[in-house]
Amino acid sequence: MSPTANRKEASASYSKFYDEMHLPDGSVRPYYAGYQKWLDGVSAERMARKRQEADALFHRFGITFAVYGEEEGAERLIPFDVIPRIIPADEWQKLAAGLRQRIKALNAFIADIYHDQEIIKAGKIPPEQVLSNAQYRPEMQGVDVPNGIYAAIAGVDIVRAGAGEYYVLEDNLRVPSGVSYMIEDRRMMMRLFPELFNRHRVAPVEHYPDLLLDTLRSVAPKGVPDPNVVVLTPGSYNSAYFEHAFLAQQMGVELVEGQDLFVRDGQVFMRTTQGPQRVDVIYRRIDDDFLDPLAFRPDSMLGVPGLLNAYREGGVTLANAIGTGVADDKSIYPYVPDMVRFYLGEEPLLNNVPTYMLRKPDDLAYVLEHLPELVVKEVHGAGGYGMLVGPASTKAEIEAFRERIIAAPEKYIAQPTLALSTCPTFVEAGIAPRHIDLRPFVLSGNEVRFVPGGLTRVALKDGSLVVNSSQGGGTKDTWVLEA
Amino acid sequence: MLSRTADHLYWMSRYIERAENLARLLDVNNRMSLMPQSEREVERMWIATLDSIGLLDAYHQRHEDVTPNDVLRFMTLDRDNPGSIYSCLRSARENAHAVRGTLTSELWEITNATWLKLRNYSLDQMDVDGAEQFFEWVKMRSHQSRGCTFGTMMRDDSTSFLRLGTFVERADNTARLLDVKYRFISEAPRRDEAGEYYQWSALLHCVSAFEIYRRVYRDQITPTRVAELLVLRQDMPRSLAYCMDEAYGWLQRVANQRSRETERRVGELASQLRFGRVEDVFKGGLHSFLTTFITRVNDLGNRIASDFLVPITS
Repeated sequence: MSPTANRKEASASYSKFYDEMHLPDGSVRPYYAGYQKWLDGVSAERMARKRQEADALFHRFGITFAVYGEEEGAERLIPFDVIPRIIPADEWQKLAAGLRQRIKALNAFIADIYHDQEIIKAGKIPPEQVLSNAQYRPEMQGVDVPNGIYAAIAGVDIVRAGAGEYYVLEDNLRVPSGVSYMIEDRRMMMRLFPELFNRHRVAPVEHYPDLLLDTLRSVAPKGVPDPNVVVLTPGSYNSAYFEHAFLAQQMGVELVEGQDLFVRDGQVFMRTTQGPQRVDVIYRRIDDDFLDPLAFRPDSMLGVPGLLNAYREGGVTLANAIGTGVADDKSIYPYVPDMVRFYLGEEPLLNNVPTYMLRKPDDLAYVLEHLPELVVKEVHGAGGYGMLVGPASTKAEIEAFRERIIAAPEKYIAQPTLALSTCPTFVEAGIAPRHIDLRPFVLSGNEVRFVPGGLTRVALKDGSLVVNSSQGGGTKDTWVLEA
Repeated sequence: MLSRTADHLYWMSRYIERAENLARLLDVNNRMSLMPQSEREVERMWIATLDSIGLLDAYHQRHEDVTPNDVLRFMTLDRDNPGSIYSCLRSARENAHAVRGTLTSELWEITNATWLKLRNYSLDQMDVDGAEQFFEWVKMRSHQSRGCTFGTMMRDDSTSFLRLGTFVERADNTARLLDVKYRFISEAPRRDEAGEYYQWSALLHCVSAFEIYRRVYRDQITPTRVAELLVLRQDMPRSLAYCMDEAYGWLQRVANQRSRETERRVGELASQLRFGRVEDVFKGGLHSFLTTFITRVNDLGNRIASDFLVPITS
């Protein structure tokens, strides 16, 4: 079947959701016109061949992740879709301003929580929401961090719904991943379809590692003239290992494991063939719990004994800081607009999704009555696990979930099911609309910086709203078109 | 350089070199099996080979009889034999994967592509292609990986540890290969001149030394000269002398405060080979000479690990 034929058949469904490429009448949005023109001249066979080529290249480059418990050496690709997601420059400008504002407020919030807690004193957030939160780290109370930056790297999940409004779904402030795919997807697109980049002014993203290194150096402990930055990985069996190795290589810094580091006299060193070498900034891709067996989980083999103390004494910078989870927790999320008003004195530029907090009896009652329409998430869940998508679930699944909610309502929040926007995607049957999201990566050091766009994730299953790679999601190259 | 990174690089190249030398060893046996001889002789040859690489017991745990076919399977694609070519290249790839950021993308891709191909290679495929073609492939991939190291890797510690691993491994493997073949030929129940010629030339072929031998000696093949070529020749890239000379050179580039004694020992060993005479090699018997050499190389490996690589205790 040719893509064109399939496009006609599929065009009816473009009107059901906001489609990134098509207007409700099936015609193409102006900023996709150039792409459409190119696409009209490309056969379905060529597209299919290009997609196979991409798969083969990703395998050869080893841009894969290991899957536990599968046949030896089995490594999966995160499926890559050959059709780009395009964002016009003016839309991106608005998003960028909103992201800058939001991340500034979130960093201010974390600094406040670990110091004077003004926002609690002002009655904007109930103290138990913060202080009894599992992500709140009392060890960080009163600790000053360089530049007041806690979340140096954020990966904010943004979706588009309704008539095309953007919503923030999650602020990932701990160890957000995916940025390597943003860059590799761009490289792949340029390799597969160089002619497209002659026809479009696509804003570059490949300098992200430079910005990241700059950011990491700018949060080094005071008085270190030439800070030594390292990337700390749980190791080569971790599913995000490719990204850890990629970022270390692109920044030209060492990729270390916990066993490579040790703490002496309040400072951190790495073991080299020429003896110990001082480490100043650790871009850690390990969760708080595993960072230091003396302070957190004693069974952790991934961390560095004594790291927390060295960090508290200012001997080393961790990026992100310990305890940032207190700000991206789903139970704190509803308060982010208030944070923007409280710390910056501004109205929030980005929308939050309306959220029901099931610890509140009224919200709970409403949600239990409307489960088939809602999305229910675990407050501490991540990766698309432990959630209920009401409209996509069977009665039995809903009832099973209802019991889990009633048993511990404070563990859950609920949101209306958003009609996520779609983008044409090359699937088995041809080109068809699939739901997408967007994860821009926001860097905070001396200033807030990012590369235009981010990682677009796509739910490859027809009708699915779950874009996580662990749940069968893929990725797309994301183009911000310069005016 | 991180000690762990150095460790992975060193072992990556050791495993690639080991896979190559296994292919060479199996190849020579395969060629020798083609000669007219009794089944018992063939069996004796394979037993000696398995014994020389320390895998005879492991083999017997899986197979009762020593047959060429079973040994070949055991030594090539057997995933459960930690000494098989399959396992070596898997380990090489795992080590490369752990330091992929330190490798150039070409070197990483070659190592990864080798592994991807091998993972899908079946015994049926080998039956169709013939074992010889498989050995050629393994050698060729090793050549490519070495060429890529030369052609793309920065000449810093990363290259030094890769090369150090190569020569420590090759020294050990060449010594074992020479030892097992020399013993096998000299312990044959019946002397047979034509047969011996064939055995020695197969050995030379398998270490890519046949043409070199002809050029160097322009004369018939004798055991003494073969040993001289593979032990003492400074310009023969698979000889023990050459390996130790290289190992010494690469070691000096990464030397640290702890490594003085290690340097001294490699230097001593390299000098003994460089200035040694073939009579000295044979004085106490070649077997005893090679056994001592293998022990010293093993000691060298342990010293490199404790001086530079992942510390056993921290």
